[in-house]
Amino acid sequence: MDTPHPFLSVRNLRKYFPVRAQRLGGARLMVQAVDDVSFDITEGETLGIVGESGCGKSTTGRLLMHLIRPDEGEVRLCNKPVLREGGLTLRELRRNMQMVFQDSYASLNPRLTVVDSIAFGPRAHGVPKDRAREKAHELLALVGLEPHLFGARYPHQLSGGQRQRVNFARALALEPKLVILDEAVSALDKSIEAQVLNLLMELKRDLKLTYLFISHDLNVVQYVSDHVLVMYLGKVVEFGPVDEVYHRPRHPYTQALLASRPSMDPEIKIEKSPLSGDPPNPINPPSGCRFRTRCVHAESVCASLEPAPVNVSSPAGRHTVACHMWIPSSGHSRKLT
Amino acid sequence: MNPSEGARITVELGVPAGPPAAVEVPVGPGVQRTYWQTVGERLAHDPVTLACGFILLLMVAAAVFAPWLGLPDPYHSNSAIRLLPIGSPGHLLGTDELGRDMLSRLIYGGRLSLAMGIIPVLNALAVGGTLGLVAGFSGGRVNMLIMRVTDVFYAFPSILLAVAIAGSLGAGVANALLAITIVFIPQITRVTESVTTQIRAMDFVEAARASGAGAFAIIRTHILGNVLGPVLVYATVLVSVSIVISAGLSFIGLGASPPAAEWGLMLNTLRDSIFLAPAISLLPGCMIFIASMCFNLISDGLRGAMDVRL
Repeated sequence: MDTPHPFLSVRNLRKYFPVRAQRLGGARLMVQAVDDVSFDITEGETLGIVGESGCGKSTTGRLLMHLIRPDEGEVRLCNKPVLREGGLTLRELRRNMQMVFQDSYASLNPRLTVVDSIAFGPRAHGVPKDRAREKAHELLALVGLEPHLFGARYPHQLSGGQRQRVNFARALALEPKLVILDEAVSALDKSIEAQVLNLLMELKRDLKLTYLFISHDLNVVQYVSDHVLVMYLGKVVEFGPVDEVYHRPRHPYTQALLASRPSMDPEIKIEKSPLSGDPPNPINPPSGCRFRTRCVHAESVCASLEPAPVNVSSPAGRHTVACHMWIPSSGHSRKLT
Repeated sequence: MNPSEGARITVELGVPAGPPAAVEVPVGPGVQRTYWQTVGERLAHDPVTLACGFILLLMVAAAVFAPWLGLPDPYHSNSAIRLLPIGSPGHLLGTDELGRDMLSRLIYGGRLSLAMGIIPVLNALAVGGTLGLVAGFSGGRVNMLIMRVTDVFYAFPSILLAVAIAGSLGAGVANALLAITIVFIPQITRVTESVTTQIRAMDFVEAARASGAGAFAIIRTHILGNVLGPVLVYATVLVSVSIVISAGLSFIGLGASPPAAEWGLMLNTLRDSIFLAPAISLLPGCMIFIASMCFNLISDGLRGAMDVRL
């Protein structure tokens, strides 16, 4: 599965947001939004990122786009370092990587027609106006909106699903290789969501795109992804092929997350929530394993030592877990392999 | 204006509250209206704003075309006909304390008074608007620097600041204009900055940044159009404030100087005659009140009409 040069490789990505110091001269508090996140994406696949609210999913997406400047970490796209000597410039990065946001209304300028919104990106990259508008029409057709009917409309004259299609068209206008979908279908009605998801899959196939699919919806992630990355409080807790992670989750957090999914069978009721309480404060995350405060298997080693991700055997490809139970010499009483 | 007034207008216009419902609007090509067309249409159905606009248009037109209206010379004094009452033959609105025709003086006075209302606002709009855009769009240290400096000006009440600046520059129309402009710049800067900051945080600006566009292109295409509306509404209110402040400066002798026809100055010179001819003495005040009121109401109407969410 691992190619010598992954399409996108992310190493030790870190972002701490400063919070106003509580008292004068006091140490500056930091929200550890994304801490030491590493992963690879193979060309043409979809990597799903799941996790609870505030776990750093969206921040990871924005860091990759350099909408937020990372504190640390290396990103390589097609084996070229990003914003490093001899690597890709910000402009080149953004040509190759585009993003679709959750709020379809807020992500379109209310004062611009659909065509002008889509044509803005190419225009910014020096495409002449007529050509950019022509291209916008083509893209509208591509996302299933009749260009002559929708091109001159303003965002408020469209439904949520139509607006999100326009947002896809806008993201595709620069012919990117990688599209980051940040909760891109989460705000849509279920019926519309299915249509839009199918469109996304078609576009991916036809345009040979690679997706980074960020969502809190476990079912949708299972449907679209090839690999899944599970995040908890800014850390990657589990990464692996989608079927493996969903059918044999190794990390206690992944297990709890999957168990908390509502069942489609009304006979099966979840009696007790597998995850209780809220995630701890990311300003002062627990020592050692960040999940230990909510983990049923937590032991003293979990508080003292942070578990490094280890490979676990998996038939479908690379699968890593960051849990002491999976580290043979960790000292945890439960040993899993 | 009182808030219920604005709310009432909003209801009459049927402006949807909150985010628009995603309704399928069967609109074909060619019947699209731009934002400003929609705003214009709404204003056309707002009687208060229309009436105020009409009154102001009348005032401005009269002031501009004053020499061609066949009015008596506003500077010709005649002590034999001092303080003639309103309705006197030949002097429709009477005469002032030096026997000059009041109607003529009020119309000619509009030239200076209205100009002193509008010019400082336009100047402040250019300077403060730019500063606010830069501060709001850049954020961080640039924002800090610009906004803290404007805060210093904010510490003083606007009239006091205008008097202080005009006083130190010396009397005269140009100095009064400059003083009022300086007073308004921080105010417009702050409004522009706050709206820009708000717009900048929207996803569509984020998406524009993600497309690799430069700051200038983003400001021009995505920020300016969205910031203009609220800032314009605020600027309209400032015109009425400007008229009042400039009248005030002239009243205390820091603006226009006698024998110029200017509403604030006229109010001052007629002050001594208030017991002899109260109606005449109040006329310049009425003009100030009407003009400033009209700008205020128009601003209210604009606010309602612009809240279209397109």
